[in-house]
Amino acid sequence: MREITFVEALREAIKEEMKRDEKIIVLGEDVGRYGGVYKVTQGLIEEFGEQRVLDTPISEIAIIGAAAGAALGGLKPIAEIMYMDFAMIALDQIVTQIAKMRFMSGGQLKIPIVIRTQYSLGRAHGSQHSQFFPSWFVNSPGIKVVSPSTPYDAKGLLKSSIREENPVLFIESGVLYRTKGNVPEEEYTIPLGKADIKKKGDDITIIAVSRCLNEAIKASNILEGKGISAEVIDPRTLIPLDINTILSSVKKTGKVVIVADDVKFCSITSEIAMQIIENAFDYLDGPIVRITSPPLPVPFSPELEKMYMIDENKIIKGIQQNFGYKI
Amino acid sequence: MEIKNIPLNELDVEPINLLKKMLQIRKFEEKIEELFLVKGTLIGPAHLYLGQEAIAVGICSALKKDDYVITSYRCHGHAIAKGVNIKKLMAEMFGKETGTCKGLGGSMHAAISPEDGLIYATAIVGSQIPIAAGLALSNKYLNRKIATVCFFGDGAVNTGAFHEGMNLASLWKLPVLYVCENNLYAEFTHITRSLSSKSIAERAASYNMKVFIVDGNDVISVYKVAKDCIEEIRNLNGPIFIEARTYRMKGHGVYDQAKYRDPNEVNEWLQRDPIKIFKEKLIKEKLLDEEGYKKLEREVINEVEDAVRFAEESKVLEFNELEKLVYFEK
Repeated sequence: MREITFVEALREAIKEEMKRDEKIIVLGEDVGRYGGVYKVTQGLIEEFGEQRVLDTPISEIAIIGAAAGAALGGLKPIAEIMYMDFAMIALDQIVTQIAKMRFMSGGQLKIPIVIRTQYSLGRAHGSQHSQFFPSWFVNSPGIKVVSPSTPYDAKGLLKSSIREENPVLFIESGVLYRTKGNVPEEEYTIPLGKADIKKKGDDITIIAVSRCLNEAIKASNILEGKGISAEVIDPRTLIPLDINTILSSVKKTGKVVIVADDVKFCSITSEIAMQIIENAFDYLDGPIVRITSPPLPVPFSPELEKMYMIDENKIIKGIQQNFGYKI
Repeated sequence: MEIKNIPLNELDVEPINLLKKMLQIRKFEEKIEELFLVKGTLIGPAHLYLGQEAIAVGICSALKKDDYVITSYRCHGHAIAKGVNIKKLMAEMFGKETGTCKGLGGSMHAAISPEDGLIYATAIVGSQIPIAAGLALSNKYLNRKIATVCFFGDGAVNTGAFHEGMNLASLWKLPVLYVCENNLYAEFTHITRSLSSKSIAERAASYNMKVFIVDGNDVISVYKVAKDCIEEIRNLNGPIFIEARTYRMKGHGVYDQAKYRDPNEVNEWLQRDPIKIFKEKLIKEKLLDEEGYKKLEREVINEVEDAVRFAEESKVLEFNELEKLVYFEK
């Protein structure tokens, strides 16, 4: 199978869907003539024209607001928010407007919007360009939240998100953009709400979100060398969350590690851990281990940022400390 | 450009219909006030449209049924003017399943009824302004001759959403008519204490769009300016901005007694009651007499009473229906 980058996978998904459905438009800062700050939308304006690929001013409220209005008017907008940090500028539009529209209209309104954004943790972008906070959005019923970790998933999930009739927040990781993976040439989609077992195992369950998936795979390889078999699961979508796939694994292994880049307190790891406790408490051999970012803003200094970030060693250390393995 | 004192003979719609619509809003709102303050039947926030009736009626009478209206929480007047069923609107106030939003929106979102072209009503000041730009974008993109009208108050012009939305609408030449109902108070604060520009119209003009100032208490002037603007919008030109100058007869919300206002100012504006002005004009032109007015008023009151009865007799949605309304499911 051919290998392409995460960025190419995203671009293919958008292009294929735009060819399929003329109601799809793309809007955001520098998505058109410049081709997108991370080149995801490169070439779209040449192929689909300025009517469908719209460069906006630096106006996040207007980007999401206009996307909302366009969706209410029957279009299917894909809005790009350059950094997840900037989504906070448009928080009213995302959380209080689009996530609520359907419900508070008594089901009259349909809001098919995809908001693509990325977090740049790991690229020395400092405190205001690196934040990953899915929990702010998963706490808002009405919006779906997707966080792919591989080019294959990115393409399949983005295509499904575009075909959704609900608002979807599609969170990408900037450090994954240049990573490569197998992506078939043939058409495929991946449904939202389906976790993926990235590696089968029997002794321990590692659930890892977005960028952390790769770190979890690396950790599982180290464990394998020591005769410990880890099952690695990527939830892929956070809303809806496929808790059943996670629970099946937990019931098998009894040991759980959850890994994600957000700060521990009320993070996505908190929620996954709690759902495991609520539904599979009796199967657990010990406490659930959470590997997260420390309760600090992201430091700029590349050396400090490296220390701040989750890597395979932190995962291994957490497993050693909590489950008594000698690795 | 400032528009006022347009003569009656310039109307190309039946003047009695305009009066009736204004009266429907007036009587609806008076009933709402009574249900809150006297009977205590209704609770929660409600923002009355009393005193501003000429604006909703003037603008919406120039619209077709499938033209889009998007508004704020002070939305009852726009809903009635755009032609929503008054029973459904009243039932929404009561939180009943027969309401426009099945009782899930309440007063602040009651003007959501796409079948009447009422696309959205928001409770966050100014948030509708960029959304309106998006609606207009959809019409322009799909080449539909549908006009989008966006209503908001003077308070909205100081939000970031206003700036971002106006800039985008102008930059992309979107067919939207922005109607700012300047009633002089943003919540409890007078406009002179919140607006740095000389006027709202001046601020709007800085976004490089056509701007009109209209006497918002004169339904003929409002209709006249709306008619011309909407024609342009429907032909996918725009945006255009109207500052309609008016006054809130009552407080910000239904419980607000508005004692922060100068009584002289209040009295002066009450003399300029839009319904009184229009009624006197019609009587003077012999298009109406006192008896005819009373008859119309009774008709409207009965209609509102029927709506209250309908709302009271309606049921509340089953709680287990709620989870089906969060996401669209195929």
